[in-house]
Amino acid sequence: MSTTATHRTARGSGKEPVAVVGVGQTKHVSARRDVSMAGLVREAAGRALRDAELTWADIDAVVIGKAPDFFEGVMMPELYLADALGAVGKPMLRVHTAGSVGGSTALVAANLVAARVHRTVLTVAFEKQSESNAMWGLSLPVPFQQPLLAGAGGFFAPHVRAYMRRTSAPEHIGALVAYKDRRNALKNPYAHLHEEDITLEKVRSSPMLWDPIRYSETCPSSDGACAMVLSDREGAARAPRPPAWVHGGAMRSEPTLFAGKDAVSPRAGSDCAADVYRQAGITDPRREIDAVEMYVPFSWYEPMWLENLGFAAEGEGWKLTESGATGLDGDLPVNPSGGVLSTNPIGASGMLRFAEAALQVRGLAGEHQVPGARRALGHAYGGGSQFFAMWLVGAEPPVS
Amino acid sequence: MTGTDTRKAAVVAFAQTDHVRAADGLSEVEMLLPVLREVLDRTGLSTGEIDFTCSGSSDYLAGRPFSFTMALDGVGAWPPISESHVEMDGAWALYEAWVKLLTGEADTALVYAWGKSSPGELPMVLTRQLDPYYLAPLWPDSVSLAALQARSVLDAGLADEEELAGIAARSRRAAEDNPHVRQRGPAARTAGGYLAAPLRAHDVPPVTDGAAAVVLAAGDAVDRLTDHPVWISGMDHRIEAHGLGVRDLTDSPSTRLAAERAGLFDPGAPPPDIAELHAPFTSQEVILRNALRLGEETVVNPSGGPLAANPVMAAGLVRIGEAAARLARGEGRRAVAHATSGPCLQHNLVAVLDTDGAAEGEPR
Repeated sequence: MSTTATHRTARGSGKEPVAVVGVGQTKHVSARRDVSMAGLVREAAGRALRDAELTWADIDAVVIGKAPDFFEGVMMPELYLADALGAVGKPMLRVHTAGSVGGSTALVAANLVAARVHRTVLTVAFEKQSESNAMWGLSLPVPFQQPLLAGAGGFFAPHVRAYMRRTSAPEHIGALVAYKDRRNALKNPYAHLHEEDITLEKVRSSPMLWDPIRYSETCPSSDGACAMVLSDREGAARAPRPPAWVHGGAMRSEPTLFAGKDAVSPRAGSDCAADVYRQAGITDPRREIDAVEMYVPFSWYEPMWLENLGFAAEGEGWKLTESGATGLDGDLPVNPSGGVLSTNPIGASGMLRFAEAALQVRGLAGEHQVPGARRALGHAYGGGSQFFAMWLVGAEPPVS
Repeated sequence: MTGTDTRKAAVVAFAQTDHVRAADGLSEVEMLLPVLREVLDRTGLSTGEIDFTCSGSSDYLAGRPFSFTMALDGVGAWPPISESHVEMDGAWALYEAWVKLLTGEADTALVYAWGKSSPGELPMVLTRQLDPYYLAPLWPDSVSLAALQARSVLDAGLADEEELAGIAARSRRAAEDNPHVRQRGPAARTAGGYLAAPLRAHDVPPVTDGAAAVVLAAGDAVDRLTDHPVWISGMDHRIEAHGLGVRDLTDSPSTRLAAERAGLFDPGAPPPDIAELHAPFTSQEVILRNALRLGEETVVNPSGGPLAANPVMAAGLVRIGEAAARLARGEGRRAVAHATSGPCLQHNLVAVLDTDGAAEGEPR
């Protein structure tokens, strides 16, 4: 038997526990004209390293993710970004799983540590949407898609309408979510939208874009990047600040369109959540999870995902939102960071959810900290509600 | 499915298309579907029995964003599957799947990759992967960049044009036995001028459409799925600086380092019987042979290599599949497979494969 590979997996049995020891992100804005793509990702990565009090030399491998290369006009940009991310001489992986990519990228990086292939991994996700026009970048040319299906909103609006019909949810729920998330964003210095003068009435009277989705219920187009440093037990023990421990992580995919697909509550989403809860020993997510960062690009996706992820029974998600339970002072704060509705560098949006969940259980979320958060869920989705990536992080190391 | 301290993964099945100049009339998913069926049939598994699926492809070949979402239809991802995708050659999808198997979270993995280079002008499309601020605006095509590298190889005295022609001839001769490739036959040496000096037509890979798929297994699943497992005894990949001006183009330190980490040079390890090298240009084979320290005892690119068929995004995965298939057929006991990405061998992956030991019941 040859002696290779196995020597790197010989430090113990079972999976190595994975800890988030550093988190960094850029200030997200509509156009970062002051930095190149390389400057953007390096800014986030540098902050994650500073948080972990590590240097580029401490990093064994880099895992980078972003959504379609067309958004910046660079094919496989990781090749050009290798230098800026200190990856020269190291392994560099590039993940692309549509909108869920930020989450998937973190999970791929976590597996490198869990498998004991590497000990400390830098993971980065970014989008510089100002380099192009994301809405038209998402509008595929004929014959791939029918004409006039402009942007993601055009795709998702019918699913929102279907949810409203199915659950008899009142019209104002979406505005409540948008108002809450934009208010939360005021407490997050990195958030793109800081609408100091936002009112519920302003959200409700904003122009209708894709019926029933109004302008103020949609995510912005952002330039931004997010980075995390993941490490093993030894790395966590050396970390200067409390780590977040990965208690469960999973990806699930299903086809874009097929007869019988439930676009409102896709099975890939509920299966993915169930897998994560099983790994983390969660049996009652509503009671056992203290904060949720979920991917809500259009306001109505909060009640929809609350049901899909098992926080509310079918048809009850909007009632949870309406009750105020998902507010920063509620018993299940959802998107305390302001979420995708306030910040959306598409390729990074999923990783921001994962990273914000980690900040919550580390107690480092600043003004938008959920007091005493011990377990938090990070959630991302992409494509035609078909790609899902989630992780559950905790303040304590996993038991097994 | 618990991880153990000596968990190893094996290639248990491989399938590829008959690679062609242009798969006109076939969508990408139509090109891919038969390959997915074939590789699953070889293991007797259905999509639902695969623990993890990972693919590699590029939107810039497809000419549309999210092109991989359509390919997922060919897998039949219902009920939902645990799945991921890299915007890289399928060899890196295989790497991601291998890591997943090592964690113990999965015992079986389906890996696939595809690329249709024919709809666009490949050398121009590949200019889009260069530094967008300083290099891409000059539109230096991939053949011209490879020619710069070939020139450095010649200038350094590592090879001469005759030797490069010999590499092309050997590849095309080997390809005669490979029904899947598109360029074969003895008439390799092209008369006539340079395509981009010092590269002539025979030094350059054919534009190719194609797809490939591999099934990996670990743990008890290996014995269940095959009598001839080919073990991945080590795998590693390394990237170099992007700027050609800061690299020594006559060498591939990233390949050497990846090979070292993958165990190719382990003390006492025999030289590989087979090397499948992802060297689309003849001069790159010279560089890779040196980096991998390959000698006369190793047969290089018995499949014909990328000079016989170069389905971009799948060509690296094909190297691993070809090397594994040959070991499974008893053509050797140890092989090295290599994949590359980026201009002039910027990013390189090395997998060391063997059929020794574990098959006799050693712990794994």
